[in-house]
Amino acid sequence: MSGIIGYGLYIPKYRIETAEIAKMWQKDPMEIFTGLKVRQKSIHGIDEDTVTISIEAGKRAISMAGIKASVLQAVYIGSESHPYAVNPTSTTVAEYLGVGNDYFAADLEFACKAGTAGMQVLVGLLSAGEIDYGLVIGADAAQGKPHDALEYTAASAGAAYILGKKKAEIIADILCMSSFSSDTPDFWRREGQRYPSHFGRFTGEPAYFAHVVAEGKKLLSQSKLTAKDFDYCVFHMPNGKFPRVAGKKLGFTPEQLAPSLTVDSIGNPYSASSLVGLGAVLDIAKPNQKIFFISYGSGAGSDGFVFETTKNILTKRKKSISFTEETENTVKISYQQYLKQTHSI
Amino acid sequence: MKIHVLGAATTKFGELWDTSPRTLAKEAMDGALKQSGIRSSQTDALFVGNMLAGILGNQANIASLFAEELGEQIPAFRLEGACASGGLALHNAINSLKAGVYKTVMVLGVEKMTDHNSDDVTTALMSAGSDEERMAGATFPGLYALMARAYMQEYGATEEILASVSVKNHFHGSFNPKAQFKSIITVGDVMRSGKIADPLKLLDCSPISDGAAAVVITSDTSLAKRIAKPIFITASEVATDTLSLYDRKSFTTLASVVTASQKAYKSIGINSQDIDVAEVHDCFSIAEAMAVEDLGFSKKGQGAKDISENKYTLGKGKIISNPSGGLKSCGHPVGATGIKQIVEITEQLRGEAGKKQVKGAKIGLTHNVGGTGTVAVVHILER
Repeated sequence: MSGIIGYGLYIPKYRIETAEIAKMWQKDPMEIFTGLKVRQKSIHGIDEDTVTISIEAGKRAISMAGIKASVLQAVYIGSESHPYAVNPTSTTVAEYLGVGNDYFAADLEFACKAGTAGMQVLVGLLSAGEIDYGLVIGADAAQGKPHDALEYTAASAGAAYILGKKKAEIIADILCMSSFSSDTPDFWRREGQRYPSHFGRFTGEPAYFAHVVAEGKKLLSQSKLTAKDFDYCVFHMPNGKFPRVAGKKLGFTPEQLAPSLTVDSIGNPYSASSLVGLGAVLDIAKPNQKIFFISYGSGAGSDGFVFETTKNILTKRKKSISFTEETENTVKISYQQYLKQTHSI
Repeated sequence: MKIHVLGAATTKFGELWDTSPRTLAKEAMDGALKQSGIRSSQTDALFVGNMLAGILGNQANIASLFAEELGEQIPAFRLEGACASGGLALHNAINSLKAGVYKTVMVLGVEKMTDHNSDDVTTALMSAGSDEERMAGATFPGLYALMARAYMQEYGATEEILASVSVKNHFHGSFNPKAQFKSIITVGDVMRSGKIADPLKLLDCSPISDGAAAVVITSDTSLAKRIAKPIFITASEVATDTLSLYDRKSFTTLASVVTASQKAYKSIGINSQDIDVAEVHDCFSIAEAMAVEDLGFSKKGQGAKDISENKYTLGKGKIISNPSGGLKSCGHPVGATGIKQIVEITEQLRGEAGKKQVKGAKIGLTHNVGGTGTVAVVHILER
């Protein structure tokens, strides 16, 4: 059985409040907050991108896992904002982390679930005996188009997970996993385009909810568990509303969901969103607790995992930086500064 | 010559992402044919009301397309008059019967809007506005907001009073299985909804919708005799006005509606108070407030207040307005709306409207408006 042996979150320190964006476009800030349930979002610095975010998250995951980078035999990075269309982020990141040369590597793209797709690849390689350790990172640098609805939520962050199979090292076992996929064009970015496009309300019921709920039901059936058997649930968080509705539809309580709702304070860092939420839950979970996890990627698909924490989490947690600690020191920026840092001006 | 409604049917209205315009058109036409008890080969022509297929769907030649869907190589015509396209299609179909060119025709209204993002739809809808309005960046919510503001200043109506239009229509829509929104809402819900164009808020505005509606009409009495509950279209009038709102003498009345409705009443010797039930064009809450005045149901300046006092509410009022839920609750697939109104009034006069039935309704009216009153189509139906 494979599982998580360490994780690392990196949230850039810059924050722009949704009220600041609303003010720019003469919108009612309270109306925006009520609709999205997002107070602010994290933004990368002017010299940060998906590569640097991934390196920071990767270093923290390696530190918590207590391994040398050179033992990693696979590095997968899921993102919508790989700096290059051709030239892998994964090898650049692996080089900086000191992985060496003997590793599988690829950049993955599946909208906001590219990171969890990478996690599934690692589980496959571990189960097949091809590798002993693998690193997967979900990372993104905000790409919301000015004056688009996504501008209020599209954020920057990275979440790295190292998977292994030594019982003594695992902090959370992966009990089962599955996916639900379909050709659903709710959100896309064509080659050469700077900003993604979306189909407005179509991104809701037929896209996010159809996939998250279908995968959720499948995962419950596959695991032979009910919502009540879980201590926590984690969903992809395009805004603050969707995960709350999805959780309710699948029978979870607000209390099971609350610890994962990182969207309220950092927005939606796309490929990192659900994985940051998972990190926030692992920050506080006790041994032997079950976590229900569903990501969502437009286009579209959902990856589901059932995790169960082990006693190792208590000792390894001492070597990690929690989501709360990571988001303590922040710098508020203006809309103009936001445009500058995202290279829009 | 009597114009008989043989069959009338609509699809469900709403965000129908898994259907195409063809599917919607076929479902509505099949429903109307089934009710008529005739075969498609017995229709002489097809009249299609549609506004946006050419702009949004890049398919302008839709009359032939839907004739193909009907399975007949008959004359087919597309009529466009913004949100009054459906009403205009019916008016022209009736004229063709009166002229004796055709005897039995299919009239279809269809629109597929939710496959496109709301910015594109808003821009496409403004193709019904004037160059000057477009150049100024106006949208229909913005133009109707100007009317709402003028109405509030002129007659002392409040936003809460205007909100009662949506409250009533959602109440009616809660009884309509084909409505896009079946939820009951309160004045508070409307007031708390997001601002679209001050003073209009989200719940003051009709939605972007998909849907189709079809009616089979005939002048052939031998066919009409087969219908157990015959319904007749006794008046069909159209009037137009300036394309630009700023060219009007008044922002608080639609002259085209006044003209068309007065001509309709006069043509059959009735007055506005003879109407039992009406489907009116509530694209925005302010539109229904002005509609009940311009149609002569309420005194000028009293429309919104009368609606707020339940004078048009099912089970309470004398003339019931929008038992289907109107555009606000039932949905507004623009080209289909004018025909859906005919379907609703037909069902009402037949006594087949279910929980939204207006008891004893004998005379019904439909009021279909394009643009800011650039075109108005009024039909009167009787049993």
